[in-house]
Amino acid sequence: MTNLQLLWFLLIGVLFSGFFFLEGFDFGIGMSIRFFAKNRDERDVVIQTIGPHWDGNEVWLITAGGAMFASFPMWYASLFSGYYIVLFLILVALIFRGVSFEFRANMQTENWRNFWEWTASISSFCAAFLFGMMFTSMIQGVPLDAQGNIYGKFTTYVNWFSLVGGVAVSLLCFIHGLNFLRLKTSGGLRKRAESWSKLLYPVLLAGEVVFVILLYLTTDFFDRKPVSTWGILIALVIFTLIAWWGASASHDWASFLASGLSLISVVVLIFNGLFPRVMIGQNNVNSILIKNASSTPYTLHLMTIITFSILPIVLVYFIWSYWIFYKRLRSPKQTAS
Amino acid sequence: MLNVGLSVLGLSRFQFAMTTVFHFFFVPFSIGLAFIVAIMETVYVVKKDETYKNMAKFWGKIFLFSFAVGVVTGIIQEFQFGMNWSEYSRFMGDIFGAPLAIEALAAFFMESTFIGLWMFTWDRFNKVVHCLFIWLTAFGSTLSALWILAANSFMQNPVGYVINSQTHRVNMTSFSAVVTNRQLWNEFPHVIFGAFLTAAFVVAGSSAWRLLKKDHEHFYRKSLKVGLIVGLCACLGSVWSGDTQTRYLINSQPMKFAAMEGLYKNSTNKGNWAPIAGFDTKNHQTKWSVDIPYVLNILSYHKLSGTIKGQNQVNKELKAKYDGTTQGRKIKDYYVPTRTLFWSFRIMAVSAGLFGLLAIIGLWLNREKSNAIMRQRWFLYVMGICLWLPFIVNTAGWFVTEFGRYPWVVYGLLTIADAVSPTSTVVGLLFTNIVYFLIFASLGAVMVILSHRVLKAGPDSVLTDGYSSKPEKSSDVDPYEMGAAHND
Repeated sequence: MTNLQLLWFLLIGVLFSGFFFLEGFDFGIGMSIRFFAKNRDERDVVIQTIGPHWDGNEVWLITAGGAMFASFPMWYASLFSGYYIVLFLILVALIFRGVSFEFRANMQTENWRNFWEWTASISSFCAAFLFGMMFTSMIQGVPLDAQGNIYGKFTTYVNWFSLVGGVAVSLLCFIHGLNFLRLKTSGGLRKRAESWSKLLYPVLLAGEVVFVILLYLTTDFFDRKPVSTWGILIALVIFTLIAWWGASASHDWASFLASGLSLISVVVLIFNGLFPRVMIGQNNVNSILIKNASSTPYTLHLMTIITFSILPIVLVYFIWSYWIFYKRLRSPKQTAS
Repeated sequence: MLNVGLSVLGLSRFQFAMTTVFHFFFVPFSIGLAFIVAIMETVYVVKKDETYKNMAKFWGKIFLFSFAVGVVTGIIQEFQFGMNWSEYSRFMGDIFGAPLAIEALAAFFMESTFIGLWMFTWDRFNKVVHCLFIWLTAFGSTLSALWILAANSFMQNPVGYVINSQTHRVNMTSFSAVVTNRQLWNEFPHVIFGAFLTAAFVVAGSSAWRLLKKDHEHFYRKSLKVGLIVGLCACLGSVWSGDTQTRYLINSQPMKFAAMEGLYKNSTNKGNWAPIAGFDTKNHQTKWSVDIPYVLNILSYHKLSGTIKGQNQVNKELKAKYDGTTQGRKIKDYYVPTRTLFWSFRIMAVSAGLFGLLAIIGLWLNREKSNAIMRQRWFLYVMGICLWLPFIVNTAGWFVTEFGRYPWVVYGLLTIADAVSPTSTVVGLLFTNIVYFLIFASLGAVMVILSHRVLKAGPDSVLTDGYSSKPEKSSDVDPYEMGAAHND
């Protein structure tokens, strides 16, 4: 494995981390529209919090996918063709989610507004759930042939661990969304988000315990890398506890950052467990390795130069746009009173 | 035309065609409309005429629908290379992934960030800065077209690569060759002019419908004017870039060119050109044709003499070149779907003429201090119907480009049949095709209904952006400010 290959493996991890940190609260906000907000005014405010940002956040996924294609075509080809139906369902969920914000605002009847709100909430949940399911089923090892094709059965994708993974990721996203709401709203909405997350954190912690047990039973992470795996899992729990504490102590920023970091911990856990592989074969047979899956040094070198000259500029205006909109929102009723 | 048996290959091809055509309804419209909105806002900044500000806001709203659908259908495009065409992805990853990643990094971030800023910050920034946001959005969308076309151009005309002797895959040797590909610089201007033309005629056509109803005359006549001016320039640009691109094909992809002109036999020095013709594609011959002398040579070489190779001749040459090689081992012959190319090309050419004519007549009727446009209702009807035409023309353009590459997915290097995912199943593909079709049909319908509703509601009612469910109350207030208050 060359340094460039290692760098790109890390960069793909960084891009997915960015995606889950940002789109994580997007998904959570999406779910909150119907599962948390109580009336139309609240829903307006909830959607408004991500209005200027959601499509920019989704670009992280597009960038991660493109970067994976460019740097590890064998990984991209194997994962994307092997997870055909799962990714298809993710795409369907993302389509409905994306258009529902735009369509909802322009509907004239209550029923249609309700329809697009439910669409946004359910598709946000499905997208988060399916991403969680995909990554947790992937790390258990999938039936790979020598060419890197996955011939999976139904249980390759849907099993106890992947279902728990799906639920855990969607719950994590939901709470991350609530924490984002605490940052961006005020009054009753913020208070309620706080009390909801206080209640949900014990559930999440229980889920994390089940997750760790199943991780131990179904993956080779603890055999191959006991120290780092335990380290990351402890970090995950600590971030969860900090976020919980933040909810009790009204530290909105601490909760938000900690819930984001726990999502990132999950990504780090997966990438750490994969290394030095990119796809794990069943019983580690035919696993695809970083050193065999990448593009040529020429392409990796080129992409490195381009990424390191463009990404800093992107980050500057990306963060600047968040800063511009960093302001708490209130529903019109509250403003009037 | 499309050989869609219930096979993995057929269904994968159908899916790619369907998703791409649907995606490409919205992409050129968004690219073009971003520029038109930017032009409107610039006129507002310079002239300080509030009508232009309202126009920018109003058409900006329609832009947002299209942008949202474009984004979500764009993710399908990126994912389906891996999902349906994994062998293609493995073969091409070294070259194809790079422009795709750069597209996301350089263009999509810019587009999505600045459109977010633009739509939520009317009156929060000074006018020039706010106007800059929409220009950056427009610039970002153009960049995205450039990068995805760089990838497509490699598939049409591979440059800057070697085939790795061990893996039998493409390795990039020169990135500068990939981005200076002549195919790219022929294709890119044509696509961009097509995008301007699409948005321009949708703006002009929608305005014409409203004028028929005598609705907001001042507002829609100005919109019509902007649409027609941009449309006329874009039409001239499309014809020019179409001409250079077509002539470029004579040498780079002679089969495509011969099929576009419906030639099976080599043309004679007389340069007979057929505006219409009938074909016997099984036996590779022209059944009948209406011939006009010299036109073919004028179109091809801009002079009266010369000859063009027919498909039969090109087929022989390609067979001699590829028979027995690894890439060509399964190919029977190299004929492309002649009828599709011939008629698609004619749809483009005739439409270009029609667009140009309409723009000139429209600008004359719509001249200031004259009310002619309101009396010539036939013209408004024609304009209103023609707003659908650009979408057909764009599709025709891609039909020529992509069907004309048959049987290759990467010209001369990889066949379509060898590119498909070995793991795909007919059942899975049937399911996804049906679901995609239903989604696209309903999204398309909602898009049309919503746009129509916005147009009907008129410029006064839509001076709101953002996602408030109560647009009527916000009128001129910044929608973001409206719901916002500091929590002190």
